[in-house]
Amino acid sequence: MAFESFNEFIAMGGHAPYVWAAWAATAGLLVGIVLHARAERRLLLRNLQRRVRRENRQGANPGGMAGVSHQTGGDRHDT
Amino acid sequence: MWAFINKLRSPKWFYAISARLQPVFWVAAAVLLLVGSVWGLAFAPADYQQGNSFRIIYVHVPAAFLAQSIFVSMAVAGLVYMVWKIKIADMAAAMMAPLGAAMTFVSLFSGAVWGVPTWGTWWMWDARLTSMLILLFLYLGVIALRGAFTSRDSASRAASVLAMVGVINIPIIKYSVDWWYTLHQPATFTITGRAAMPMEMWAPLLIMVLGFYSFFIALTLMRTRSEILRRESNKRWVRELIGEER
Repeated sequence: MAFESFNEFIAMGGHAPYVWAAWAATAGLLVGIVLHARAERRLLLRNLQRRVRRENRQGANPGGMAGVSHQTGGDRHDT
Repeated sequence: MWAFINKLRSPKWFYAISARLQPVFWVAAAVLLLVGSVWGLAFAPADYQQGNSFRIIYVHVPAAFLAQSIFVSMAVAGLVYMVWKIKIADMAAAMMAPLGAAMTFVSLFSGAVWGVPTWGTWWMWDARLTSMLILLFLYLGVIALRGAFTSRDSASRAASVLAMVGVINIPIIKYSVDWWYTLHQPATFTITGRAAMPMEMWAPLLIMVLGFYSFFIALTLMRTRSEILRRESNKRWVRELIGEER
């Protein structure tokens, strides 16, 4: 341990504002980046799932709206 | 060898293999960053000249390393994309850029905050500081350029070219402290030569550097997986997978 007490640790020998500002900015950005990546993935999956469900419904109903029938084979675009 | 390269080209294969790699790097990043932070903040001895303000080094140096490594990775990915038309390389490059910009910002910010008690100023037009600021602008340029095209292919090629041209800034950053010795101190770590600080100081630094790199790999895998789903959403395997993914 480089410090005698918790208060000394927080004080950082008088350099508290500098040390904690640098560390807080770094930690905050890293956490924010992880949260963003998670939110990005969730949102994407939700949108894709909704789209696949919608297109499957349309695919199961071939006599449906003629105007969108060309989209119904969404899962057959390629191999 | 070619079979392996061909596999590497396939987003489906990458999606499967990265699912297994990703947790390894997340765990490594969490453990290394936790150990490195506790060690660096509470157990490493204070510097005899700078006192406790030197503990900023444990975020400053790893962030600066990562900022430069990510740009080189982006340039290499850009080259791979341009020469071999490997889409995964372009997806990864696109996903890396914001983290690179964030790390460049962290190194500039932590350096400025560190400069106040150490140099008596938060900014000087020193060669190292200036070339890092240029790196931040290059990152922002790459990100903006990618968003400036309606065609994905044009955007990818433009961003690749800017990354490949901009990478010339990396050796300039590296040697700036030797060529124009003004304010910033020379490299802390060198491959040759002894470390300029005792083991109790550089061991946590090494751990933090490894933690930052693990974080970069884990995040890039995660975001590239999302990007694959986004770009390949019309492919049959993606559609079949969507139902099961969380």
